[in-house]
Amino acid sequence: MSKTSIKITSEKLDLQECYNFVTDDSCGGIAVFVGTVRNNTQGKEVQQLDFSTYKPMAIKEMEKIADAALDKFPIVKIAIHHAEGMLQIGDVPVIITTSSKHRKAAFEACQFAIDTLKETVPIWKKEHFSDGEVWVNAHP
Amino acid sequence: MNVQLLFFGITADLINTSSVTIELENSLLVKDFKELLLAKFPQLKNMQSYAIAINEVYATNQDIVKENDVVAIIPPVSGG
Repeated sequence: MSKTSIKITSEKLDLQECYNFVTDDSCGGIAVFVGTVRNNTQGKEVQQLDFSTYKPMAIKEMEKIADAALDKFPIVKIAIHHAEGMLQIGDVPVIITTSSKHRKAAFEACQFAIDTLKETVPIWKKEHFSDGEVWVNAHP
Repeated sequence: MNVQLLFFGITADLINTSSVTIELENSLLVKDFKELLLAKFPQLKNMQSYAIAINEVYATNQDIVKENDVVAIIPPVSGG
């Protein structure tokens, strides 16, 4: 049975699905990270966020992160789901769940996965303000 | 030989397209390919940094761009 669940979708992300995937009788804990769309950036009001992806490569990079997490930490299962397309304030662009026998590994693997995702997975967000749009991190 | 280029995020906006096929005389190191890219697409000079992926895998300057490769220009990512 697979130990990893990786998904990029334009549908609403399903927290229950990510939770259910990592449940296991051998586990004493599940860590959950839910990313949410914030309403401001450096004091400026954000109206919505548009996520674009290089989907086939992004899936591969997410699989690499999940495999690395299983390798580095004594976790049992990991799910990494990411949304694409236009998201509104409060919507959920990313969910990561991890399960382990003891809680420490689940917490650490979850943090490792979101930190690495933000560095390596080819996904980009464009912030939409009332007076224009900006690619996040782009520094043009 | 032909190579397909993919642009994402801000680079797609700068170049005004997300995909284009270009012709190269021969295989090239990524390092040299980047020089050629800047000559062909001077808009990329506005980018402080970007990565290159060949066939959906991050490439280093010492990797080689070959015939029929799909080369993606990856601006700084901002997922999550």
